[in-house]
Amino acid sequence: MKAVKFTYFWLVFLFLYMPILLLIIFSFNSASYSASLWEGFSLKWYIALFSNHQLLDAALNSLILAVSAASLATALGALTAISLYRFKFPGKGYSFAMLYIVMMSPDIIMGISLLVLFITIKIPLGFITLLITHVTFSLPFVVVTVLARLSGFDKHIVEASKDLGADEAAAFRYVIFPLLIPAVAAGWLLSFTLSMDDVIGSFFVTDSTYQILPLRIYAMVRLGVKPEINALSAILFVISLVLVVIFQLLLRKKESTALKNR
Amino acid sequence: MFKRLIIGVSLFWLTLFIFFPNLLVLIVSFLSRDNESLVTAHPTFENYLNILDPIYLKVLISSCSLAFITTLLTLIIAFPFALILSRLPIKLRNLSLLLIIIPFWTSALVRTYCIKIILTTNGLLNQLLMKLSIISEPLDLLYTNGAVVMGLVYTLLPFMILPLYAAMEKLDIRFIEAARDLGAGYFNTLLRVIIPLSAPGIIAGALLVFLPALGLFYIPDILGGSKTLMLGNLIKNQFLDARNWPFGSALSVVLTIIMGLLLALNYKTVRTAAKKGII
Repeated sequence: MKAVKFTYFWLVFLFLYMPILLLIIFSFNSASYSASLWEGFSLKWYIALFSNHQLLDAALNSLILAVSAASLATALGALTAISLYRFKFPGKGYSFAMLYIVMMSPDIIMGISLLVLFITIKIPLGFITLLITHVTFSLPFVVVTVLARLSGFDKHIVEASKDLGADEAAAFRYVIFPLLIPAVAAGWLLSFTLSMDDVIGSFFVTDSTYQILPLRIYAMVRLGVKPEINALSAILFVISLVLVVIFQLLLRKKESTALKNR
Repeated sequence: MFKRLIIGVSLFWLTLFIFFPNLLVLIVSFLSRDNESLVTAHPTFENYLNILDPIYLKVLISSCSLAFITTLLTLIIAFPFALILSRLPIKLRNLSLLLIIIPFWTSALVRTYCIKIILTTNGLLNQLLMKLSIISEPLDLLYTNGAVVMGLVYTLLPFMILPLYAAMEKLDIRFIEAARDLGAGYFNTLLRVIIPLSAPGIIAGALLVFLPALGLFYIPDILGGSKTLMLGNLIKNQFLDARNWPFGSALSVVLTIIMGLLLALNYKTVRTAAKKGII
């Protein structure tokens, strides 16, 4: 029974990781057709990738977008989380409901509803509309990460700072914000990744003037198997791996500081 | 001042970019199509009646059934996995959890593409089977419903594992021991104790798999060719190709209603579980 369990357990992991591993291995295949069996080690697809200007431009655009969207979403999300945690105000339940809607709605509903809005209020599609969309769908994830951190620490320290004469802004600057740094950083990373990977939301709210990487990849793989995409996917996978490890370390650090605060 | 400012900014964003767009889609779904300006202010129920047209009804039913099969398969794969995972020693469990979380951070598009490489006509699976002389002709694996379901299961499996694991981790081992002491066999324990106690996880997982399966239009597009049309593809086509926004909006409202029903079911299960004191 134990052996069966063990085998099953690792089979599921094999199912999850085998395709990714194959992709990475075959990005080094020297065969002229990417899906062919192994013919020898070569870096030619990486060289092809780095001479594909369309893809590189799209990658740069995506990077700019993801950094801007993550920064804006983190700032807005952290402030929203703080206001939800600190204050009672009319519209608090409404705020939670809106964040919940974004989190649960399939991406396609977000995409088309924002498209309808942008056309209605006549914002031309491009960088700005992509930015708004990415900030909006990252927002709940930042709020949740920051709220979790906020509910982990002692409310009295904020009150203590007020007793010592700090106003709301000073309490935020000197007490709340320093405690939030790990959660804020984690939220930023999560938003960055969501933005770099998003296909569905972006699909509706951009036109050809601002090409981003996921949409470029989508357009290419729809038509067939493209070896440069293997190389690119392998690179993206390794980057994601590094980001997950950083994220996990940030959250771990959070636990240890939370313990210290107690 | 500071307080007003941050509350104001956040309420402004939530209203303008979440509440308002959703309201607009609801409004547009009751308006008429117009070739000049996309939509005219002529109220109608026609868009909803259109969904009952056999062509669209067929898409709705087939995409719901593909999404249902996907949900069922992920549940069958994930259930034993999560059960084993929840009983592992803590160190190994944390490592395994990390391995489950990593796919969340990688692009689902890239992972769909991995499946395409494996299934395509000259792909790895066909070549391997031919090398081993199991088949003589390459099989048509890509551009089938099977390929779409495989892509969906592969992409969405972690979304089933995590809520199941969360429910099973809380499951008190003494319930299982008590069932065993009272003479229940392995199967009976599973059916009468473990499954009912992990119901909130099952429902949450089903929600996280079923809804995206309906909406992820690029998976049917890449793995199903033009043959498999899911609700997401239909909505996308109405907005970008057919330029029939009112009908696309009506379809999207239907998707939202499906979501609402599933959320209500989820809420009810969690409440019943809470009432019984399970969680």
